[in-house]
Amino acid sequence: MSILVNKDTRLVVQGITGREGEFHTRQMTEYGTNVVAGTSPGKGGGWAAGVPVFDTVREAVEATGANTSIIYVPARFAPDAVLEAADAGVKLVVCITEGIPVLDMIRVRAHLDCVGVRMVGPNCPGVITPGEAKVGIMPGHIHTAGPVGVVSRSGTLTYEVVHALTQRKLGQSTAIGIGGDPIIGTGFLDVLALFEDDPRTEQVVLIGEIGGSDEERAAQFIAHHMSKPVTAFIAGQTAPPGKRMGHAGAIIEGGEGTAAEKIAAFKAVGVQVASHPAEIADLVAQRAR
Amino acid sequence: MKLHEYQSKRLFAQYGVPIPRGDVATTPDEARDIAARLGGRVVCKSQVLVGGRGKAGGIRLAQDPNEAGRVAGQILGMNIKGLTVKKVLVDEAADIATEIYLGIVIDRGKRRLVMMASSEGGVEIEEVARTKPERIVKIVIDPFLGLQQYQGRELAFGIGLSKDLTRDFCKIAEGLYNAFVGCDASLAEINPLVVTGGGKLLAVDGKILLDDNALFRHFELAEMRDADEETPEEQEARRHGLSYVKLDGEIGCMVNGAGLAMATMDITKLYGGAPANFLDIGGGAQADKVAAALRIILSDPNVKAVLFNIFGGITRCDEVAKGILEALREVPTAVPMVTRLVGTNEEEGRALLASANMITAATLAEAAQKAVAAARGLSCAGQAQGEL
Repeated sequence: MSILVNKDTRLVVQGITGREGEFHTRQMTEYGTNVVAGTSPGKGGGWAAGVPVFDTVREAVEATGANTSIIYVPARFAPDAVLEAADAGVKLVVCITEGIPVLDMIRVRAHLDCVGVRMVGPNCPGVITPGEAKVGIMPGHIHTAGPVGVVSRSGTLTYEVVHALTQRKLGQSTAIGIGGDPIIGTGFLDVLALFEDDPRTEQVVLIGEIGGSDEERAAQFIAHHMSKPVTAFIAGQTAPPGKRMGHAGAIIEGGEGTAAEKIAAFKAVGVQVASHPAEIADLVAQRAR
Repeated sequence: MKLHEYQSKRLFAQYGVPIPRGDVATTPDEARDIAARLGGRVVCKSQVLVGGRGKAGGIRLAQDPNEAGRVAGQILGMNIKGLTVKKVLVDEAADIATEIYLGIVIDRGKRRLVMMASSEGGVEIEEVARTKPERIVKIVIDPFLGLQQYQGRELAFGIGLSKDLTRDFCKIAEGLYNAFVGCDASLAEINPLVVTGGGKLLAVDGKILLDDNALFRHFELAEMRDADEETPEEQEARRHGLSYVKLDGEIGCMVNGAGLAMATMDITKLYGGAPANFLDIGGGAQADKVAAALRIILSDPNVKAVLFNIFGGITRCDEVAKGILEALREVPTAVPMVTRLVGTNEEEGRALLASANMITAATLAEAAQKAVAAARGLSCAGQAQGEL
């Protein structure tokens, strides 16, 4: 078992003929992901990165039985791409694209909630179930299969943590980057609930950052709904208020969303909080004994 | 992106929100002429992108055109929280009976726009939320339906507004909502929305923040950007597609990825240093971008050491190494550099930097400790030279 992606994932790549799309399709296929199709409007009938290309997601789904989509199209076309995938019958949409206007994402997310389609992202590295499927842009080789579920708002910081876990022989059940935007498809609470129900996951690492109050809500969820231990880390303790720290969602506004508040929220419910990234693996190792 | 008060109010006016008559001056003479055209009392308001203008003396009344010219002359050139006042808005002075607040924010938890009104106008809404939260009325806006008329009425009645003003208030709420959506704002507020002695509503002050991600479809708004919103270094970084925020520490940080960049800043603090900046070179950065990033970091005279933390994925360590070497050829420096390269092409990257006299580290913790030590070494050496 694992969550969201696995051996049964049949992936369609939206924007497969772009530079990023083609490169990462090869990387995903090499990792063992079952990439069944790509789309690129006007280029249907051809091939890219070793898979057949279709004009529309609907055609791709009908021809190949794709059940998951990953999106590499530019920000101004990405909301449309998410809606196209949802309408075509895909059940999980992973949106890598960064820079999508927030009002677009409010409407897209509201529609996805109505039709029962899950989105991961946008502005995220994707989802990987080590040894089964990589649906994203993360370096596959740093991961190894095991009992630790990882969920994070970040990209490379997640790689840093996963790399440290793997070096300590602490494999991962699934690692998910939920994305750094203010409005995202799948949040900490969704992923924590999935990990709680996943028999392979024995403990969870949660990597948060400044901005919003999702970490505070996650702390409450852990306190009331989780039996599995969670280790947390929050990036941005030295971030100044009112400044966006790279991610659109990483900003302290009106004094809210500070790292100190989030750390306090976790500590208040007994969640261990690492003081720096390398300490996460130490804390997980102690639990794994 | 932040808009000035005068820009925000003009946008509101385009959406039917009543604002005071007025215009912008860049010289005392212009201010006097505007006041003469308006007639009567005016208020001269400094246009800078920070809060607390009133307390700093940047908002003042004038009884006649000559006084308006004098007051504007005093305000122009003032320094308010590090920003020089270059423009003064000269507005007709409103006859204020009461002040209310009306604003729209993006509620991340609810994933909806939320409109808020309060009878406590003229002070920051965060302050009201802390001290008198019961005075704030909120409504949640459906993204497909938009603001409904009943929601405007709920706000008006909720803050105890005089009933004969309900209709006008609802029109203003609708205008504010349309402005928010039409401009792709991330915040829009009218504070205060004034009830005048004559029983009219008037948006006396306004603020709009724009969603940077949506500026591609609002060229006319993007052109309103005030260069003072960012430091010169931040502007230079944006031109190169880098995400940079200047801080006041001594350890320059160059990292790929926003989360890792924040974690790198934090760990320098943990080991007794302080970060000089946030800098994310982004995914797949090429050598020229890395070189630009290093030039920006080194342009900060406070920087006593530079810490490179690269976790290669899409970003290749050898590309980053090439960029570092390129920048060092252009800008030779005595500032010590600590590099930590892991991931894609890390061996090639390290080999390239072997000749560059860099301190290397295997882990982030080790790199941070070495950077803090190196920064202290240089500042001690600097002091020693000063004493000689």
